[in-house]
Amino acid sequence: MDLTFNPETDYKWLLAVPLIPLCGYIIQIFFGRFLPRRGDWLLTSGMAVTMVITVWMAFKAIAATQGHEVFFHESLAETGFGFQWLYDTEKGATDPLNVTAGILYDGLGAAMLAVVGIVSFFVHLFSMGYMKGDRRYHIFFANISLFTVAMLGLVLSDNILFLFVFWEIMGLMSYLLIGHFSHDPKSHRIKQAAAACKKAFLTTRVGDTCLLVGIMIFYYHFQTFSFTGLWEAAQTAVASNGGEYPAWMTAAGLLVFGGTVGKSAQFPLHIWLPDAMEGPTPVSAMIHAATMVAAGVFLLGRCYPLMSPTVLTVVTCFGAFTALFAATIGMTVFDIKGVLAYSTISQLGFMVAGIGTGGFGLVAGLFHMVTHAFFKSCLFLSAGSVIHGCHHEQDMRKMGGLRKKMPLTFIAMLICTLAIAGVPLFAGFYSKDKIIQSAYMSMTHGGGLNGAGLFAFGGLLLAAMMTAFYMFRLIFMTFFGEPKDQHVHDHAHESPKTMTISLLVLAFLGMFGGKMWLLDFDLMGSHGTWFEGLTSEIDHHPESVSRAAGSVSDIFSLERMYPGIAITEMNTYVGDSAEHFQRNLHAGHFWAMTSSLTVAGLGILLAMFIYLFRKVDPGKITASLGELYTTVVNKYYVDEFINATVIKLQMVLAYTLKWIDGNIVDGAVNGTGKLNRSFGFMWAWFDKTVVDGIVNGVGGVTTMTGSLVRLFQTGRIQQYASLAFGGLLLLFAWLFLA
Amino acid sequence: MDLRKQQITFYTVMLLGTLAAMGWGLKTAGAPGAMFGLFAAFTLGGGLMCIWERSVVRSAFSLMATFCGVAGLFLLLGHDFLAMAQILIYVGGILVLILFGVMLTPPDLNERQLPRVGLGVLLVVGTLAFVGAKVAAVVNWAQAEALPPVETRADEIGAAFLRADGYVIAFELAAVLLTVALVAAVYIARRKPSDMIDLTDEGGY
Amino acid sequence: MGLEAYVVVATILFGLGIACLITRRNVIYVLMGIEMILNSANINFVAFNRFNGDGMDGRMFAIFVIILAAAEAAVALGIVLNVFQLFGTVKPSDVDLLRE
Repeated sequence: MDLTFNPETDYKWLLAVPLIPLCGYIIQIFFGRFLPRRGDWLLTSGMAVTMVITVWMAFKAIAATQGHEVFFHESLAETGFGFQWLYDTEKGATDPLNVTAGILYDGLGAAMLAVVGIVSFFVHLFSMGYMKGDRRYHIFFANISLFTVAMLGLVLSDNILFLFVFWEIMGLMSYLLIGHFSHDPKSHRIKQAAAACKKAFLTTRVGDTCLLVGIMIFYYHFQTFSFTGLWEAAQTAVASNGGEYPAWMTAAGLLVFGGTVGKSAQFPLHIWLPDAMEGPTPVSAMIHAATMVAAGVFLLGRCYPLMSPTVLTVVTCFGAFTALFAATIGMTVFDIKGVLAYSTISQLGFMVAGIGTGGFGLVAGLFHMVTHAFFKSCLFLSAGSVIHGCHHEQDMRKMGGLRKKMPLTFIAMLICTLAIAGVPLFAGFYSKDKIIQSAYMSMTHGGGLNGAGLFAFGGLLLAAMMTAFYMFRLIFMTFFGEPKDQHVHDHAHESPKTMTISLLVLAFLGMFGGKMWLLDFDLMGSHGTWFEGLTSEIDHHPESVSRAAGSVSDIFSLERMYPGIAITEMNTYVGDSAEHFQRNLHAGHFWAMTSSLTVAGLGILLAMFIYLFRKVDPGKITASLGELYTTVVNKYYVDEFINATVIKLQMVLAYTLKWIDGNIVDGAVNGTGKLNRSFGFMWAWFDKTVVDGIVNGVGGVTTMTGSLVRLFQTGRIQQYASLAFGGLLLLFAWLFLA
Repeated sequence: MDLRKQQITFYTVMLLGTLAAMGWGLKTAGAPGAMFGLFAAFTLGGGLMCIWERSVVRSAFSLMATFCGVAGLFLLLGHDFLAMAQILIYVGGILVLILFGVMLTPPDLNERQLPRVGLGVLLVVGTLAFVGAKVAAVVNWAQAEALPPVETRADEIGAAFLRADGYVIAFELAAVLLTVALVAAVYIARRKPSDMIDLTDEGGY
Repeated sequence: MGLEAYVVVATILFGLGIACLITRRNVIYVLMGIEMILNSANINFVAFNRFNGDGMDGRMFAIFVIILAAAEAAVALGIVLNVFQLFGTVKPSDVDLLRE
């Protein structure tokens, strides 16, 4: 099988990737109800085809990097295939007002596309079992298909404007999916679902607005939307500014990061994600594990050259803080899906912090995004399986000892928990380790201790420990120990085949899926497949590390991600000498490895101590923590704070506007109406008095004249005769005297 | 002054006026002038009296004087046939008709008001005199050099009535008109059934 | 005597006829006034015919005027009698049905 990427034909396959589910969507919303089994087989099989194509394309990407090629393809440059969107044919192709959209397919895109394809397919498969009997079964499938279309389009788009378009479509679909139960009259959680989807949409909207403003600022200065154009223009701008990023680029970069804060649930805008658990579990698996929240991280990946070091510092701080913050809350939550939600927020913080530390961390963050997609979606689906098996019981305090009742679910969940906790051999370990390494490197960057890097390093380590702790807490509370609620335990059963197959495949990928992508990003430059080199590759292939002096970017192949852009002169390791960099690299690797292993072990041991062996009563701990515990349990009162300030402000504004509209606007309209009426009255007066007066006057004049002339018509012949005589005299006078 | 005195004054004045006119005529043109003065006085005096008189009958007879005066003027102008026709028709026909009218229609005895009448006369006559003077100054009073002798040619008139290049059409039309007028007068003045006195008790005629 | 004298007489007679017609409150006077006017016209006709030479048109016309005056007087009297029967009055100012 030929694995070289041939632009002419392969772009057609890539175009088909979002189009297949789109066709499925269109058929489904119109005819889904009438198809047998309400059309789930249609969409699932379409998704299967999509998955096959995306994975096949990803193999082409891997093959290219194994041959040390730069895997970077742009449809406009190579095949001229482009979609003319806002095009004026009279102006040339390079006129900035002409927007042409194409496909950008590089290593990052290949990885993301394959991930989305695989996860989406398995979510479809899982939903066939989980959503059975739902009233709006066909609509659900249509919605998750369209959601997948949006994500695929986002990954494939070659300009930031179309990325934003698909970004918004995903926002809409998340609204519809989270609020799935709000349209079902029989559901007893309509209100909560409606509130949750509204909250999700509005909160991400805040981020979207920042993103749009950022896009527009970049467009205003660079006059282009396409990524390659933006990267080149950014490089030129930085170079012409003496190697420093201009202030406006910092501001715009912060705004673009605002989009990520919204979509990827970073600290102030994280509030929608826990509430989004109101949606069905497959939705959570897809949206909050694999796709939507990853879109924010993907955006950062694409916009990396546009971000100044200041922006990256901010990104790091936000990410680290979010990771720590969410992890603390996650330790106190009793809802099984809630724990996973906070875990997602925390892991997103890891990814964002990783990207913020730059260079090495960029690749690490993106790598973590890929592995996280697999094990988090599996975790969510397993939780769904548990909930389904316990007849929709979600509180962990009522579960226990389900290990024997739901063995397959238990195995899948255990594998993924090991991955997320950072245990070696499993996928999550590699990515997390790389992030912590990058945090260490940014801490020691440029000599001395860097404040943001220190915060990132320390915070991420703490968050990793807490992650291990609460994830194992979840496992022990759910699957081990004595059943807390006998009724629930009696009725628990294993889920049907369709659901368990998805779980197991995703768990498998969660275990081994990490290794594959190492090659794609060419992180280590190794030739081998995943079963080679189970330990750190850097130690075994030193030649790739110590390549030509002075060129730091060769090692991490940022060139392959952003071909032609000298990242190291812009915002990555600027000013670091090669030896300093090498020293940092080794030291970081050592410290990251040891510290991450230590904290992971500590966390697991603590969880076993408290929840498995029951040596310490968790209730005593929480009581001794008192106020601190209460604050954390109430999620640091963030929601209440926002309700009191932002929401109140918005309501005040809304009521004010309503008053204005009702009184001023309506008043103006009514006033105009009244004015019209008064004009009408005036005209009526005018018409009655003046016009009719004139008409009557004419009649009056006629009458007066008639009365006057009537005097001559007396009917008396003698007066007629005298008048005739008078006329005769006048005739004489005129004839003879004038 | 009372009526009788008034009348006497008036007639005396009339008489004196007539004499004055005759005298003036005599002085101007000899004997024919005196006759002219006489006949003019008859005409104008009759007219004035016709207006002035209180009683309709007397006015009618004054009118007769006027007609006679006019006839005399015709004679002086050499149109003897017309003078005779005037007397015959006007006095003998029209005046009689007027007297019939007077007989059949009782007048209102209080209808004459002297001041108004006098004013009317003055106004009318005065205006006419004024206008007439102005007109007379303009009109060309050229007269033929030699006046033909005054002759009575009644047979000329008769022949003219019947000659084809004369007045035969007018003559015939005048005849028709007289017939029509006769029939019309009879028709207008007929007695209508409503004027008849009911002689029978049943209400038939 | 001269044409002017006859014309003056005719004019004064015409004036008297108008005055009689206008100022007396009896329809008989109206008839009498009309006759006086016709007579004055006749005098004018004949005088002008005499003093202005050839032809006999003036004299012939004067004859026709007399004819017509007679016809007219007859019809007028018939009308007067009818009016008197209808309105019961000889005052012409009372016969004003043609008013307005």
